[in-house]
Amino acid sequence: MIDVTHTVPDSLLMGYATGALPEAFDVVISTHVSLSDDARARLASFEAVGGAVLEDMDKADVAEDSLEKTLAMIGAAPPREAQPMPKDGVFPAPLRAIVGGDSDSVKWRNVARGAKQSVLQSNSEASVRLLHIPAGQAMPEHSHRGMELTLVLQGGYSSEDGHFVRGDLEVADQETHHTPVADDDGEDCICLVATDARLKFQGLLPRIAQPFIGI
Amino acid sequence: ATVEVTEAYWVSRITAIAKDEDKVAFADVFRHFAPRVKGFLIKSGADDSLAEECMQDVMATLWQKAHMYDPARASVATWIFTIARNRKIDLIRKYARPEPEDLPWGPEAEPDQADVMALQQDSARLADAIRQLPEKQRRLIERAYFGDLTHSEIAAETGLPLGTIKSRIRLALERLRHAMS
Ligand SMILES: [Zn+2]
Ligand SMILES: [Zn+2]
Repeated sequence: MIDVTHTVPDSLLMGYATGALPEAFDVVISTHVSLSDDARARLASFEAVGGAVLEDMDKADVAEDSLEKTLAMIGAAPPREAQPMPKDGVFPAPLRAIVGGDSDSVKWRNVARGAKQSVLQSNSEASVRLLHIPAGQAMPEHSHRGMELTLVLQGGYSSEDGHFVRGDLEVADQETHHTPVADDDGEDCICLVATDARLKFQGLLPRIAQPFIGI
Repeated sequence: ATVEVTEAYWVSRITAIAKDEDKVAFADVFRHFAPRVKGFLIKSGADDSLAEECMQDVMATLWQKAHMYDPARASVATWIFTIARNRKIDLIRKYARPEPEDLPWGPEAEPDQADVMALQQDSARLADAIRQLPEKQRRLIERAYFGDLTHSEIAAETGLPLGTIKSRIRLALERLRHAMS
């Protein structure tokens, strides 16, 4: 297991536990939790609160044939199997399910300066995409109107906030103006990025590039 | 002590479902949890018929996933809560909620009994601590879990007594990883 140093704040884990996050964020959090035992343990503790709430629930009346109907459903369906990650995979299970395979199955589109992206989901609330940055390459400097979650899946990058490698999550918000630079160690950087509002780029050229990048 | 005995009983029922496809054990679990799951779904905004349908689906999923339940990492109520929450979100959004990768354990990685008992004690302690919170704070926590609070409202929500159970789950995960590798 990777020793993840940059991890998700409790407020986001509680948001995931209670189901309050936009789906784009759920994609990043579930992928991060797949890579970090610390995040998994903290998430489980927030879910334990949900268990306590459920145990203390006022009981609702169930339909008279409720149990019978449920047993009929059970008879019709096979048991569900756990699907562990293949040992050499780049994408954990939740991401593989969305992409339909591992990192070699992504349908990339070129954006700028050798960078590629693949938008996985986008709606009025939030969007989530995969970014592929060549080793040593910088992303345009940008600030944020909302929250941005960046999870490293391959390679690494440095920004004003530190050094991020596989499993690390960077949380950026309105106060963050950063220029992530992919590590120059020969391995391209692949990140999963969710944003809950459009980013603001500094400078003219990136502003022109923004509609293409779509972030 | 009765709380731990009760929890051990529910764990034994889930094990009987997983190992023996025991319908009597399932009926037992159903009688206790189905009305609570349905109550939870109604509090979360579902009407009676949607809550009934969704609850049956949750209980059927419990049967199908019983062999994946790990009593060293979650109480039975917590595990059922996660199934109900996911199913609720699936229904609202009309597509499957992304869930973390499963950590399966086979016969070679049975959960450590000491871990299981410790987790049960910590779960009971956590539940007691939540019951003893001031009314206002307890209501706020319930509302968060019913889906009544937005993500930014939750950000202000702190003071949950989570420390012990968190380290317990972390320990159980480390043992599981060790057994799997
Ligand atoms: Zn670092
Ligand atoms: Zn950013």
